[in-house]
Amino acid sequence: MQITLEIQRYDPQKDKEAFFEKYDVEINPNDRLLDALMKVKQYIDPTLGFRKSCAHGVCGSDAMVVNGVERLACKTLIKDVINKDGSPIKIEPLQTLPIQKDLMVDQSRFFEHYRQVKPYFINKEPIKEKERIQSQEEREDFDDGTKCILCAACYSACPVVRGINPSFLGPASIVQAERFIDDSRDEGFEERASLLDFPDGIWPCQNFYQCTRVCPRHIKITQLINKTKENIVKYRTSRGEKIHDLP
Amino acid sequence: MIHTFDAVIVGAGGAGLYAALEASQTTKTAVISKLYPIRSHTGAAQGGISASLGNIEEDKPEWHAFDTVKGGDYLTDQDAALILAEEAVQAVYDLENRGLPFNRTPEGRIDQRRFGGHTRNFGESAVRRACYAADRTGHMILQTLYQQCIKNNVTFFDEFHVIDVLLKEQRCFGVVALELRTGEIHVFHSKAVLFATGGTGRMFRITSNAYANTGDGPALLLNKGVPLEDMEFYQFHPTGIKGMGILITEGVRGEGGILRNRDGERFMERYTPTLLDLAPRDIVARSIVQEIREGRGIRGDATIEDFVHLDATHLGKDTIEAKLPDIADFCRTYLGIDPAENPIPVQPTAHYAMGGIPTDIYGRVLKNGEGHLYEGLYAAGECACVSVHGANRLGTNSLVDLIVFGRRAGQNIAQFVQGSDRIPLKKDSTRYAQERISAKTGGQSGPNPEDIRTELQNLLMEKVGIYRNEQDMLETVERIRELRQDYSQVKIAHNTSAFNTHLLDILELGNLLDLAYIFAFSALNRKESRGAHSREDYPKRNDDEWLKHTLSWLEEDNIKIGYKSVDISRWKPKPRKY
Repeated sequence: MQITLEIQRYDPQKDKEAFFEKYDVEINPNDRLLDALMKVKQYIDPTLGFRKSCAHGVCGSDAMVVNGVERLACKTLIKDVINKDGSPIKIEPLQTLPIQKDLMVDQSRFFEHYRQVKPYFINKEPIKEKERIQSQEEREDFDDGTKCILCAACYSACPVVRGINPSFLGPASIVQAERFIDDSRDEGFEERASLLDFPDGIWPCQNFYQCTRVCPRHIKITQLINKTKENIVKYRTSRGEKIHDLP
Repeated sequence: MIHTFDAVIVGAGGAGLYAALEASQTTKTAVISKLYPIRSHTGAAQGGISASLGNIEEDKPEWHAFDTVKGGDYLTDQDAALILAEEAVQAVYDLENRGLPFNRTPEGRIDQRRFGGHTRNFGESAVRRACYAADRTGHMILQTLYQQCIKNNVTFFDEFHVIDVLLKEQRCFGVVALELRTGEIHVFHSKAVLFATGGTGRMFRITSNAYANTGDGPALLLNKGVPLEDMEFYQFHPTGIKGMGILITEGVRGEGGILRNRDGERFMERYTPTLLDLAPRDIVARSIVQEIREGRGIRGDATIEDFVHLDATHLGKDTIEAKLPDIADFCRTYLGIDPAENPIPVQPTAHYAMGGIPTDIYGRVLKNGEGHLYEGLYAAGECACVSVHGANRLGTNSLVDLIVFGRRAGQNIAQFVQGSDRIPLKKDSTRYAQERISAKTGGQSGPNPEDIRTELQNLLMEKVGIYRNEQDMLETVERIRELRQDYSQVKIAHNTSAFNTHLLDILELGNLLDLAYIFAFSALNRKESRGAHSREDYPKRNDDEWLKHTLSWLEEDNIKIGYKSVDISRWKPKPRKY
């Protein structure tokens, strides 16, 4: 079938502002949106800029906004984004991050926030056995957060990052922190608490659930953010301290 | 711009990151990747990483090593296989100790499951050896290693594409890379360089590999006079999603999934009665093609488009959601089916290069078949060939390879740079890189490179795939020569220097063409069938003449072939039955 893609173009080296360009592509409805973008790049306009790699939803390279919703282009089938009124499929770069070229955005800030929460295993106790023992239930407790591929779809969809407080730590970083907080083997909670418990840390989240809605890995992100908040409240209360939610 | 480091690591997948963790402890180390680190294709590995922990049932490194040798159809170097199997045990514990979330046994230990070709007591029956984290083991390894690199302040250069390696005779002293963000050329002046650039699957039309898997490391070295080893051995994974090639882990069969033909028959009973669906991949892939050719594919038309069913419906929803959640997700997304209710339509997909840059057991690159080494030049992971995979890699052993030999290479680099100097840079150290770029830019001309890419991918898929013959391969080699000529005419406009992904696409295509040329030529040269190399005109393994590794050099437009002996010091080659 023939479809039309309406893609936002912007090359800061040349263009004063972003504009939309339409491309007609012959494609199978069961093909991926990434396949359609590849056809544009290979046969219509090789200057179109976008990132891609694994092509099946596990590397996190090709998150973009499709018909207003954050998606991975390689995990989106054409038939699922065809507009019933026949209007073109509209493709824009992720929001909240500066555009580098066309659909490519600068993810530096996203990764800086990720790095801030000490997203790594902390346990200074010497290992008694070959592996640290962990029950199946304990392993299940933090499973959801381990699925994150850092594609930044949640960061783009978040209404807080978009406008209310652009300095907000953001959903993915909190998911990464909670993944370790919930891991029975990890002992980094105290180190991480101060990295999460500050006015721009976990508190700006207002439960809009947009992150959960767009996550291509189906992580219950909002729920994990709320869990992090509860953990911090519990921790501060047990020490007779207040949470640091206000500037 | 010139950067000075002791060690430079090219590629940020499992092997590169593990080497970086080791080397960066004592030396100034940089990791250069054409992607963001956690985008590397290690993250797509699903089913598991084998190690004879014996958490479920008795197991030994010696059994794992033997399976690796037999799985490789005796082209595996046997001492190297033993190192792989022995060091796998500590490597898995290291990963767990660094936080990797393995699935657990009821006792809280690392859980293990069955995988193809892994057996107890030298082939008696399948053994539970694969340690796993649901069906995202590679994702967890990549995440864990990247997390540790953050913890240890490893220096990353993201989205830098390496286009030259600095070699003076046998001594390596750095690389030259193109920065995607600016289009600038950077020199990384170092004492040692490790290539860990991953696979080459994008040579084929149907592949499980990422767009990024274009063999940049091996292709670059090939053009600098370094030989490649055993390039004719390329693995087709038996179960890719029909038409798309997306990997469906062997773990599905490890958990009890069954391959069925159009009659619903469990056809592997006829091919490998002991291991059934868990025979090594080369055998299962050939069995599927055999079924299809004899009209027992699901469509029954005996064409290359036909497929078979992977039936996991009897495993039940709970097992599938707990142990194979991503597979279930892929099936829902790409096929619109639930694997707990419907069989999965699968066909073999181009998956893994057994061959690559020849190295010793410390990751040091070999100059020839006599054991002479380059200095300061290393390779590890899929782009390298130790050889622990021989003519056919066993499932899970790729992840073991990354961790074990990535670590060994990193440690050796750390030692090597202590006692060595940096060879001074010449003034024109970027000349080769500049020439490569200017050869491909400066006004659009020549054929559309995408037509070349498409033809190449179809050609290899149809003519140098699972079964091969003289005539097809002769035609392929000849046609690739022509395609390389066509490619030499290709120039692009290069109308912007920043984020010029078009230029990278073109450079990657050149790499694929060079590797495809070597691949098809080496396959044509080897007149026997062994492991993944199945010739219809030479259907038998021939140890008298061909129990040897192939080395191939690219000399202008010609290929020179040499050989290297195989280490068979532990187990004498025997006929391979399962």
